[in-house]
This record gives sequence, structure tokens and C-alpha cells, in this order.
Amino acid sequence: MTEEMAPLLSMHGIDKRFAGIPALRAAELTVEKGEIHALIGQNGAGKSTLIKILTGYYTRDSGEIMFDGKPAAFASPQEAQGAGISTIYQEINLVPYRSVTENICLGREKRRFGLLDWRAMHAEARALLARFDIDIDVRRPLMAYPTAVQQMVAIARAIGFDARLVIMDEPTSSLDEREVEVLFGVIRQLKAAGVSVIFVSHKLDELYAVCDRVTIMRDGRTVQVAAMAELSRLDLVTTMLGRELTLVLQEGHKPGNAADTAEPVLKVSNLAVGRKVRDVNFEVRPGEIVGLAGLLGAGRTESVRAVFGADRPSAGTIRFSGADNAISQPADAIRAGMGFCSEDRKLEGIIPDMSVRENMTLALMPHLTKRGIVDETRSREIVDRFIKRLGIRCSGPEQRIRELSGGNQQKVLLARWLCMNPRLLILDEPTRGIDVGAKAEILNLIRELASQGLGVLMISSELEEIVEAASRVFVLRDGCTVAALEGEAVNEQAVMAAMAHGQEEVRETAHG
Amino acid sequence: MAETATTLPPAPAREASRFEVRTFLTRYGAWIALTLLILVNLAITPNFATWQTLNVNLTQVCAIVIVGVGMTLVIATGGIDLSVGALMAIAGALAPLIFLGKLFPLPHPVIGIALAFVLPVLAAGALGWCNGWLITHLRIQPIIATLVLFIAGRGIAQVFTNGNLQVFNLPEFQFIGLGRVFGIPFQAILMVAIVAAAAWMLRRTVFGRQILAIGGNERAARLAGIPVASVKQRVYLISGLLSGIAGLIVIARNSAADANLVGLGMELDAIAAVAVGGTLLTGGRATVVGTLVGALIIQLVRYTLLANGVPDAAALVAKAAIIVMAVWLQRQGQR
Repeated sequence: MTEEMAPLLSMHGIDKRFAGIPALRAAELTVEKGEIHALIGQNGAGKSTLIKILTGYYTRDSGEIMFDGKPAAFASPQEAQGAGISTIYQEINLVPYRSVTENICLGREKRRFGLLDWRAMHAEARALLARFDIDIDVRRPLMAYPTAVQQMVAIARAIGFDARLVIMDEPTSSLDEREVEVLFGVIRQLKAAGVSVIFVSHKLDELYAVCDRVTIMRDGRTVQVAAMAELSRLDLVTTMLGRELTLVLQEGHKPGNAADTAEPVLKVSNLAVGRKVRDVNFEVRPGEIVGLAGLLGAGRTESVRAVFGADRPSAGTIRFSGADNAISQPADAIRAGMGFCSEDRKLEGIIPDMSVRENMTLALMPHLTKRGIVDETRSREIVDRFIKRLGIRCSGPEQRIRELSGGNQQKVLLARWLCMNPRLLILDEPTRGIDVGAKAEILNLIRELASQGLGVLMISSELEEIVEAASRVFVLRDGCTVAALEGEAVNEQAVMAAMAHGQEEVRETAHG
Repeated sequence: MAETATTLPPAPAREASRFEVRTFLTRYGAWIALTLLILVNLAITPNFATWQTLNVNLTQVCAIVIVGVGMTLVIATGGIDLSVGALMAIAGALAPLIFLGKLFPLPHPVIGIALAFVLPVLAAGALGWCNGWLITHLRIQPIIATLVLFIAGRGIAQVFTNGNLQVFNLPEFQFIGLGRVFGIPFQAILMVAIVAAAAWMLRRTVFGRQILAIGGNERAARLAGIPVASVKQRVYLISGLLSGIAGLIVIARNSAADANLVGLGMELDAIAAVAVGGTLLTGGRATVVGTLVGALIIQLVRYTLLANGVPDAAALVAKAAIIVMAVWLQRQGQR
């Protein structure tokens, strides 16, 4: 990289609003020729909006884009592709039953006399794959090959022969360790061939293994651009989350009272689920709020889903209330006294066409019956009580839940479990997509419930929230519990350090 | 120009009123259509307001409505059942075999008739349960799982009867299709009873609410502890049982069982009735009474055209047009 060479891509002062709400505010991104550039930020930081503006998926409100020395404004992804910008998405977007050649040539078939020219297409597919040192029979269906090869085919297809810039959006999430190594090999080959790469990932190890520079985004702004080698992990995490290392330790202290000695209501040891969770340990005592912290993809959601019986663990023990309960499906967990508010309210929480009342009593319904018939009077009593107690703003119990605001929907879902009198409540991102006022209300409610003896296990990507609410925090990283913080140790600095390094380094930084 | 300005209400009010018309149409569209049809018929069709017309139309529609009730429940869970016509054929083929004593010797004719009511319906129910098993345990898509019996069922029925037409004359058995209570066809009474029971079940029982919850959001329902597999299984069982009853009505009415023809095309008629009635085909919102109204509309349109000398072929086109209208109206309501 020489100073005088113009960068391959420079995006400057990019603004974008959706329905008046700013998604990008003067965002910047510069990628040099032959550079592997990491782009990171939390959910909603604006990474994908920025990428979609670059690839012509969205149009920018203002700002300028220079690509290859010329101003660029791509009207569609096809145009961007034509100019040499390829995008590889998280999921493999291929047709598994068709041959490798067909997948590579899909949408740009070669024709001769109006017919498909198979010979030319096979030759092209072979030549393209040869660039990545892959020698396979391109006539066989894609599904005959392992995921790593499929991923390579996807990449080969996207890059073609003339890509100048390749955007990879979490390309490693469906790969195992060995496959990731192969992918990194490809990325280095691309670099050697003078192709630039924008690499989006939440796995710090990967960023440090392969990237040259990093752009960190937060709240729609570019907050830092640095060479990877000059930025420590802790700095990277703190910048991404927007927290200062000099932050004063959290004042006051959380109720560390009788709960300290009580038998845990939930104890999870050596839990493994699929690829994402490898060795997770945590426990929850009655009357305490336990936080699960970690970056995206650390395995938090997967762990709690296994606890609730929604997914099957591949190893480890989950002890609920001291006894070995065989929890193999959510119904078992509910019967044993658990409740679970999932991360995605719309997809897994509400039943949009049903009323507030029906949504709230969904789990309780079997207990509200006389010989299979719903006892409407009792159900209405209970619903009225919870609407009042949680301050749910709706026109009445018969209003459809989809007409409510996010915060009020979340309260209905909380009430769905509270009316069951659970002993453990699992909350996955309970305040996501909720306005500030409702957020505080929900957190206060959770605190109040815990003080009455309920065990709460809370996942949140907002450090502030975790640190404020939880009396104990378990930090997950790459599917393993790397730290357990308690009492005074629950502060943003310690949590971030653990997210970046794990337990050992935490102590180091604490002393240094 | 000033005149036009004064006659037009301000824009927001117009928006609101249009919205209200839209919701009104989606909610009561089927009822309005039915009322209009009856009024048109009273005006143009000769001898429309007679017992005979009522009876003809009711008997034509009974089987579709009874099957349609089961279909409504299945569709409410987000599924579909293509096997209903074939199950009707199986039940219709089994019944004569039983009361004619061809399957096993009968100690007494009354026992034969009793068994002829019970066993075919149970057989159809059992096959419906198999559909549910394929769908919940082998995770086969409903359209494929029920296609299996759609294809094989009629074949099974023909194997029972060696492909022969079974003709019979047995008033005790045929009461289900031909009998009258106070002048009203028994099958119509049966139909109303089934519609009422299913409508009540869907509204008032845990089972009914669970059906709608699964259709509305299956993942959320599972996380709320609803036994998704068992509810779906029971829904397909009910659809099978009701198909069996409909099969018996059809053969009783015809005094003959032809495995080739009983219930032919019934799956599509039932789905059409469900769609026209206002049940959401993607699940989660269902109305059993709507299905009854939907079936009546389709039947009345056909009757209107036939009674006024329009050929059956044209009536089919009208039926298609009604379905398009109904689904379009539904989509309006979703916006």
C-alpha cells in the first residue's frame, strides 16, 4: 500500500434515513486496493445499511462514493456487480440439486444457436474454481459436496473473473474451524491477486487473523478507523459498544442478600448445543437477576433455548430446581415452572391475529378450563389484573395484539408467563425495539419480580442494562463461559474485558 | 369548479370512510353476497321461494359443508387436506359391503346397519389420523402427505368393491341421506349440528384456541407449551371422520356406491367454500359459519345459473370468479 495510490473505494459523508429515522449519519468507509478491511458494529449500528447503499440496494440521501477513482452511484445490485463489487451473504444462496456449473453460471448462461453451451460453461466453471485451488467434477449436483466446498462455490460464483471488491457478510457462521481456514486461504489469495475484501464478522479472533484494517460503526456513524495491529481487543470492544474505559465503577450495590446462599433454581454445566455452544456454565438462584453477556454469536440465545427445551443440547447437564428434570420440549419446561420470552417477539412471541387476552393466557389456558371449555370469566379477571398491574396500554383485552406498540406487546408476553407463577423467567433481549420509557418500566418490573423471589435469567446486548439490573453476570465468548462476575465485579469494564479476552486477561488488566 | 370542491368531503374523512367500507366488506362480504343472491333469485328465478328449491339446494350443499367444516379446522392450523374426497369414497365403498353382509356374516340386519354407520366413519377417521401422523412425525408438508391418500384412496375403495357399482335399497340406512324430520332433510339437520358444534368448539374450547394459535404462529405456540403435534393430529382425525360421514350421505342419497365417483373433486369444493367463507388460507383466522355461507354462495350461484338456462360449464367459470373475488377481499382486509 503506497500513500499516493488512490483508495479503491471511498464512501464519504453518507446519510440515510428510513421514515425520518436516521440509519446513517455521515458514515465513512475507505478501502485500499488489495486490502482486507473489517467492518464491525452492533446490531443496528448501520453496517448493513452502508453495504446496501454501496451495492445499490438502497439509495443514499447524501454523501459521495468514489469507486476505482470515479464517482459511483449504483442503481441496482446488478450494476454494482457489473462494476466489480461482489457480495457474499451469510446463507449460501445456491440451488443444491443443480450441478456446480449451473450454480456458477446461473443468470449468465452461455448460449450457442439459442441453446445452452454446456461445454463452454463447464470449462468456465472449472477455470473459475481452479483459481481457488478447487478441482471437482463440476457436472455433479452441488449437494454432493461438503459445506466448505459449497461455500467456496458460492464465493467463486460471486467473485467471477472480474471482481475488484468482495463483501463478505458473516461468511463463517455456517463453517467449522477447518472450513474457516480454507476460507481464510481464499481471502489471502484474493488479496494477493489485488482484490479488496470487506469482512463483516463478530468473531474477534477471525478479524485479527485475517484483516488489515478495521472500521468501527456505532449508531449510524463511523467512530474509528484503525490498523488492526494497532488496536487492542479491549479498545475494539469498548469502541464498538461505546463505553469508556475510564468509566466510574457502578455506584451503589445490588441486593446480594439471602439469595447468595440459596440453592440455585437453575444450574447449567458444560452445556453444548450444535456448533454455537461448546461449554457453557451458569446458575440462577431464586430472587436474583442473572445476566448473560457476550457479543453476537457467542451462544447466549442458543444456550437459553436449550434450557427451555426448545432446542436439544448435545452435551452437558441442565438442573432445574435441584432435580434432574427431563425437559425435552417447552411444554415440559413450562410445567416445571419456567417462562421464556424469546428474542424475536414477532416471529416467536405474539400471535398477531389474536387478542391481548388470548395472547396473555396462551400458556395458562389449559388451567383455565372446565372440562376443556375456557372459563371466560376467570380469564378476563386475570387479564384485567395484569393489564392494570403492568400498565399495558391497550383499548381493552379484546384488542388485537399486533395493533399494540412493541413495549406493550412485550408486557403482554411477560404477563403470559407471570400469570403462571413461574420460578424462573428467561428473558432474551427483553427491551429490544422498545422505546426508552417502556424500557425503564420493563426493567423496573423485572427487578420488582426478582425481589419477590423469582429467578430471572436475562440476555441483553446492552451492557448498561445488564450491569444495572443483574447481580451476577456470566460472560460468554465463542460458545464458552469465560467469566463469572459477581457483586462489585459487575461493571461495564470487567464485562467488556471478558467479552474481549476471557477470564485470564481480565485479571491482568484489572491489575495493570 | 367550486362546486366540485364543496361536494367532496375533506381528504382524511374520505380515507377513513373508505377504510371502514373495506373492513366492513371483508367482515360481512360473504353474508352480503348471500343476501344479494337470494334477492336476485326471488326476483328472476321462477318458483324460487318454495320448499322444494330449499330442499334441493340444502341436499346439494350438505356434503360440501360437512367436509368443509373439517377443512376449515385443518386450514386454521395452516395445513390442508386433499384426501377428503378419497376418504368419502372409501367410507362409501365400505358401508354397502358391511350391510350387504359381503365383508363378514351378519347376525342381524340391524347390527349390520349400525356397523355400516360406525365402521366406515371410523375407517375414514383412522386414515385422517394417518395423514396427521405423516405431517407431525415425519414432518411431511400437509399438501404432500394428504396427496398420498388423494391418489391411493380411491384405488383402495375400488379394490374393496372390485371396481363394481354397488346398488342397494335399504331405507333404514338411507335415512341419513333421504330421511326427513318434520319435513326437513335429516342431512341438513346433521349439517347444522356439525357446523354449530365446530363453531362453538373453535370459539370456546382450549382445543379450538390452540388450533388458531398454531395457525397464527406455530413457533410461538410451541414456545407457549401448546402440544402442536397432538393438536394437528386431532384436526386431521376430525377431517377424516367428517369425510366419512359425508361419504355415507352421498351414497345413501344415490342408492348406490360408485368408488369412482363418490366425493370426486370434493377437496376443491371444500377448499373453495372455506376460502369464500372468509377463513384465512395461511391459518390463524377461521370461521366455520363462514364456510357454511361460502358453500351456500357457491351452490346458489350454480343453481341460479342452471335454473335460468345457463349451462353448467358457465357455472364453473362463475364459481372460479367468486373464489377470486373472495380471496381478493381477504387481502384487502390484511392491509
